Formats: sequence, C-alpha cells, structure tokens
Amino acid sequence: MIEVRNLTKRFGATVALDSVSFDVAGGEVLGLLGPNGAGKSTALRVITCYIPADGGSVRVADHDTMTQSVEVRRQIGYLPENAPLYMDMGVIEYLEFIGKIRNLNGPRRASRLDEMIEVCGLSRMTHRMIGTLSKGYRQRLGLAQALIHDPPVLILDEPTTGLDPNQIIEIRELIKRIGEEKTIILSTHILPEVETTCSRVLIINEGRIVASGTAEELAGQAAGDQKTFVTFKGSAETIEPALRECEIITDLSLIESAQGKVRYAIGSNKEEPEETLFNLAVQNKWTLTELRREAVSLEQIFTRLTTQEPIES
Amino acid sequence: MQNTLIIAGKEFRSYFGSAIAYIFLVVFLVLTSVLFFELQKFFVVGQATMRDFFGLVPVLFLFFIPAVSMRMWAEERKMGTLETLMTLPVRSWEVVTGKFLASFLFLVMTIALTLPLPIIIASLGNLDTGAIIGGYLGLILLGGSYLAIGLWTSSMTENQIVAFIGSFVICLVLFLVGVDIVLTSLPRWIIPFMKGLSLGSHFSSIERGVIDSRDIIYYLSVIGFFLFLNVRSVESSRGK
Repeated sequence: MIEVRNLTKRFGATVALDSVSFDVAGGEVLGLLGPNGAGKSTALRVITCYIPADGGSVRVADHDTMTQSVEVRRQIGYLPENAPLYMDMGVIEYLEFIGKIRNLNGPRRASRLDEMIEVCGLSRMTHRMIGTLSKGYRQRLGLAQALIHDPPVLILDEPTTGLDPNQIIEIRELIKRIGEEKTIILSTHILPEVETTCSRVLIINEGRIVASGTAEELAGQAAGDQKTFVTFKGSAETIEPALRECEIITDLSLIESAQGKVRYAIGSNKEEPEETLFNLAVQNKWTLTELRREAVSLEQIFTRLTTQEPIES
Repeated sequence: MQNTLIIAGKEFRSYFGSAIAYIFLVVFLVLTSVLFFELQKFFVVGQATMRDFFGLVPVLFLFFIPAVSMRMWAEERKMGTLETLMTLPVRSWEVVTGKFLASFLFLVMTIALTLPLPIIIASLGNLDTGAIIGGYLGLILLGGSYLAIGLWTSSMTENQIVAFIGSFVICLVLFLVGVDIVLTSLPRWIIPFMKGLSLGSHFSSIERGVIDSRDIIYYLSVIGFFLFLNVRSVESSRGK
C-alpha cells in the first residue's frame, strides 16, 4: 500500500532522513518508533505530501507523492502532531468543512458526519467551539477529521500525546478497531503503544531505520540480552564453582549474598534456561528460592538501539 | 474551482466567527465618516463632492487592509493548521484564491457600507455620478491589490505583526512612488516608470471618473502577480 524508497530529507545541514526504505502492506498497522527528533514526523510529512523529499520516492496506493500528490492526499487521512484545528470553528462546522473538501456531498456527508461523531465519541461536544474542547476531545476530533472520507490509509503522528491514561486507552482501542480494515502508520515514542496497537514496528534513530519487525521478533533478536535471576540457600563458595561448570551459562554475576542466600543474574545461550538451572539445583541439593527469567522488553531493545551502535536486521 | 469556493466560504465565515470583522467594520466606518466630515470640513466647504473621501480612504486602507489580511496565513502557520489544510486534496492555488476571495468579499462589503455617504451627499447637491462610480471601482481594485500584497506577506511568516508591518510597508512604498511630492525629487527620466508602477497614480486617474482599461489591467496584474507569489511561497515550504 505504501512504498518508501531511499527517502532522504535534509533541513539545511542536518539530515532528517537518510535513505530510508520500507513497505507497508494493506491492512497493516505499522508503528514508527524513535526518540524525539529521530525523523518520525518528517517521514510522515513526506508521505502525506506536506513537505517534498530531497531524494528517493514515496508511493501511496500506486500514486507518487511528488507527481500525483492530490491523488495521494485523497487516499490518506492524516492526524498531524498535536491535532491542529481551527479554534474559532464549531465542531460540526469543522467536520462539514472537511467533508466538503473531501468531496462528500448531500446525504453521504451527513451520514459520515454522524458516524464519525459516534465512532470518535464526540456526541456530547457537537455544540462546542473547538477552542473550548479539552486536549482529549481535540485529538478525537482530529481523528474524526482524518477518517471522515473513509480513507484506505491512515497516518497518525503521536496520536496519544498529552492525553490522560483513560483517554490513551480509549484512543488505542479506537485505533485498533480502525486498524482491522485500514492501513495505518502511527508514530510514537511511547513503547507500550506499539506493543498494544501495531502489527509491525520500525525503530528510527537519527534518520535511519535501526530495526524492524514485530514486537516479538525484535524481542527475539535481543534474546542474548535476557537475564535469569536465581537465588539459592547456601554460600557463594560452594555454589559458584558448580555454576561456572554449567555449559549453558555464558555470563554469571553475583548480585547479593546475605542471610545465607546468594542471588545471581545469569546470561544464557539457551532461550529458556530455567529447566537446566532447576535440575542443577536438584542434583546439588541446593534450595532454590527464586527462579525468574526476565524477558527483554521493547524498552530495552529501544534503549540499546537508539543509544548504541545500530545493528543490522 | 469548487474547492476555492469551499475555502472562501470557510474563511469568510471565520471573519464573523470572532468579533474581528465587526470591530474592523465599525472602526473603519466611524473613522472614514469622522475624518471626512470633521477633518476635511465637508460642511464648511459646502460642496457636494466626494473627492476628499477618495483621497482619504486609500490612506486608511494602508492600515486597514494589512490588518484584514495579516492572519490569513500567519495564523495557519502558527497554529499548525497549515499542515492539515495542505494535506487535504486541494491545490495550492485553490487555497490561495479561496483566501483571497474571502477577504476580497469582506473588503467589498466594507466599501459597500460606505454607500450611504454618496446617497446622502447626492441629496444635498449635484453629485458627479461618474466620479463616484470610478472612485468606488478604484477603491475596490486598489483594496484588492493591497489584499493580495497582504496575503503574500502573511504567507511568509507565522507572526501576524510581522505580516502587518511587512504589507503596510510594501503597500506604502508602492502607493507613494507615484505621489507628486516624491516624483519631484526624482530624476525626470524615471518619472513615467514610477507612475506606471505606483498603486496611487493609477488610482488618481480612475477616481476622476476616467475608467481606462490600462488602469484596470494594471490592478488586475498586481493582484495576479502577488497571488502567484503567494502560491509560490506556500509551495516552497511544502510539496506540489
């Protein structure tokens, strides 16, 4: 549905996007993840034809953003960052305006408008001026505006920033529901967001893609980083040599030793080392009081990828 | 074309959505009337003529019109709504002409509200209808040119004050280059050129009631030129 090829964008001397390529298939929900200033918004702005690319190409539903930009814009519903709206317009008046520009006429416009108010939960706000709406309702109105023409592609730039926790959950639910039938790209720097809403994740840092895949795949790539925490009753002198001999343990570090207990963090070449560790304890008749494997979270992958050397994926 | 009208409708309504339009209208009408009747001493002179009125309004327009146009683009930039607007399936020229049309309509409305003036004066004496029609046509064309300039400067900044001052200065310069006081201090060979360029000197010939197609074409091309610059400046900050 969306093809991005070697997309490059410079602002003066800074390179906002450096030869970025990716595809988004129809029906996919792609999460664009990256620290602030990584180039997420820039990428979305190029895809939505707001700013031109300096190099490379973007095609949306087989239309080129540079040469067929009006056609591309017809296919897209876009919610820019912070949901900019006309503060001096009424809610209905605004949706009417967008509907007209989106070429919805007569009864179709009226029915889409009602549907948007229903879907985005705006029914109690229809008489309000936009300027008097809270941040959460503005975000919903922005979403309604982006959806009114039933576009095949939806692009959302940080759709949940500035919302309270309940609103965040509501908006995510909404995105999930919409995502069942539409192609969505959403950008965020909030990690749980991609885990709950996106089918695929793209991590961008300093204008480059540093990782891509499903949330699970990314976690798998970083499996070597996972740690298993074990606590035995006993002293370090008797337990540690036996642990060192164990083949599956690649990394061993003593965390604490107190009240006759020792606690270790273990790095392993096996994905699930619990069983081996348990058997080891049984063989040596150690009392095991803790055995817990800490899965690598997206947070850790994200931090590693965006602060250290990029890895090829 | 349809998009132009949709945008014009939205912009025109937004003038009246806030108190801005009403304040502008009241201030403008009160100011023109007060200046015309009091300062220009209409009743003392005792002539049924509107020459002074047509001398006065272009100067008032220098302040009034940049104030009308300053927010048209600057506000969009500042609030970020430009991003939503320009990612809608509309062409840049449709948005530019839509915004121009809305403010032009507002201008024509403002000018039309001064019509009681000539009607009253006509009842006092013998009014030169040709000069009145010419004068009003001139005001509309001159005002339209100021507006096109104001919209262009507004499109280059997100600060309304900068937009106001910028268009005020450009309009002032373009108006003054044809005024006699300025012309006398210039070398002779440049005078016809300056007169041709000036917003003011074209106005003074229409205002006399001489409706010359050259003057009309001049104003229309000024409007067209600045609207073209406006499209360019909007596009330079985005794609096609």
